[in-house]
Amino acid sequence: MSFPWAKPYEPKAPLMRYLDEKLPLPRLVFNAIGAGYPVPRNLSYMWNFGVLAGFCLVLQIVTGIILAMHYAPNAAVAFNSTEHIMRDVNWGWMLRYAHANGASAFFVVIYLHIFRGFFYGSYKPPREMVWLLGVVIFLLLMATAFMGYVLPWGQMSFWGAKVITGLFGAIPLVGEPLQIWLLGGFAPDNAALNRFFSLHYLLPFVIVGAVILHIWALHIPGSSNPTGVEVKTESDTVPFHPYFTAKDGFGLAVFLLLYCTMLFFLPNALGHPDNYIPANPMATPAHIVPEWYFWPFYAILRAFTVDFILPAKLWGVLAMFASILVWFFLPWLDKSPVRSGHYRPLFRKFFVVLVIDMGFLFWLGGAAAEEPYVMMSQIATAYYFLHFLVILPIISMIERPDPLPFSITEAVLGSDDDKAVLATTPAS
Amino acid sequence: MAPGDGVRRRDFIEIAAVSAAGIGGLATLVPLISQMAPSRDVLAGSTTEIDVSAIEPGMAIKAVFRKQPLFVRNLTPQEVAAADAVAVSSLRDPQTLEERTKEGKTNWLVTMGVCTHLGCVPLGAAEGENKGEFGGYFCPCHGSHYDTAGRIRKGPAPTNLLVPEYTFTTDTQIVVG
Repeated sequence: MSFPWAKPYEPKAPLMRYLDEKLPLPRLVFNAIGAGYPVPRNLSYMWNFGVLAGFCLVLQIVTGIILAMHYAPNAAVAFNSTEHIMRDVNWGWMLRYAHANGASAFFVVIYLHIFRGFFYGSYKPPREMVWLLGVVIFLLLMATAFMGYVLPWGQMSFWGAKVITGLFGAIPLVGEPLQIWLLGGFAPDNAALNRFFSLHYLLPFVIVGAVILHIWALHIPGSSNPTGVEVKTESDTVPFHPYFTAKDGFGLAVFLLLYCTMLFFLPNALGHPDNYIPANPMATPAHIVPEWYFWPFYAILRAFTVDFILPAKLWGVLAMFASILVWFFLPWLDKSPVRSGHYRPLFRKFFVVLVIDMGFLFWLGGAAAEEPYVMMSQIATAYYFLHFLVILPIISMIERPDPLPFSITEAVLGSDDDKAVLATTPAS
Repeated sequence: MAPGDGVRRRDFIEIAAVSAAGIGGLATLVPLISQMAPSRDVLAGSTTEIDVSAIEPGMAIKAVFRKQPLFVRNLTPQEVAAADAVAVSSLRDPQTLEERTKEGKTNWLVTMGVCTHLGCVPLGAAEGENKGEFGGYFCPCHGSHYDTAGRIRKGPAPTNLLVPEYTFTTDTQIVVG
């Protein structure tokens, strides 16, 4: 679906007309990301991150397929084949660093995309399905990233695999058999490495499928915007191309500058030196932590130290999964009819607190498992759940929002006089 | 089927055919799921023999059992006494040292070197490693402390270090698994 004033696709060249009759692929592209897709004229740079996430997905798939041409998923040679990529393969070092830092870049972009959603209420009707699919994509992304990190078969790879599959061991009754089944052995070994490689290759394409659904679901109501006021007339929109292809292009350039700075000057800054030690099942690294993008969830996992009805370990695992699953319920936890945080003074304050709390969890997840970090993790974890399960529903009941603009056009130009806008055809 | 019992021959054939195909389809899941379980060669490595004659009191060794570390520790009389002095009811996972060792050989503590929290290798088996607050083992990942009987005393681990099935075949030889 699109707005009635969307520019129709009218191919001129005979070849394009022929193609449109047989396989209307150019029409699909035109209506999805071309001049045929009208978007709100006031989209800010916070709306760049969806396109950037799409770019990261393509980057990871391209570099990943190339790395798979040189990598050997066998526990006996996996570490050496990774070093072979780094030392012997032409441009291998660059491709591997591009893939490793690409994963980090992907998570930076995704976290900003998610927090954009939190602030601007992007999860609210009519876009719940877009949000739900987005959370599914995030979960798939975490699984893919985890399995990818195991592949170099260094110390952090091995112990990461051990600890994360150990989470399944916390499930009562079936936990241990399940863990052995998942690993194909009693500890991570060749069987586990092989299946992780297989799934690491598969999941990105599952993500592509989920992304297509995500964009499809988005294009039914159309993009949200910083005011949260829905599009009313043509003057509220501009065609995606050239306006937002240009804006996204600029965003992409800035992103690439930062990404290339990491890639070429700080390629190991986000990695762990221990992962350049071959996997050793007999010795755990002294300070074992997951990659930075899992730190908030790792902090939540470690926050539970006391048995209460269930064992502490199971509480930690449940809380870690619940911390993401709670996002699925966001459209129904925050019932405020006002979408954008710009017009929600009370919500805005607590949003800032949530960001600070998440920042804390990030920091704590990377810290050692000792006091005072454990106690701080417990407080930050408690606040995290308090925000979503208690504070958000209460705010949406008691808050008095600021007055909303009549329309996007008014928010941009200060008046909704049709004459003042770009419209070339009368708004219907 | 008798005429007039309300079941049409065609319905019967349809339901039977779809059911047979459905059961056959479900049966194909068995190999698809089972292939992920440990293979024969992995299972074949599930018994380990260890010669413990060289382990002096106060020493421990790290052996390999099912691709995971196994701690074999010769406890000193003081360590045995320290383990016996603890009130069992005060433990998270109540077990006596006697229950965790073989009769007449309470000084031989054989446990998996796998923290019951999330599977890291605890420290304390090798010379000079941190043995934790209770003189046994200490897991550096999330700070679990085990005592001289390998019992969880402090930290997130839910249970004591696992004692695998093993037997003394001679006074100086054990078979694990």
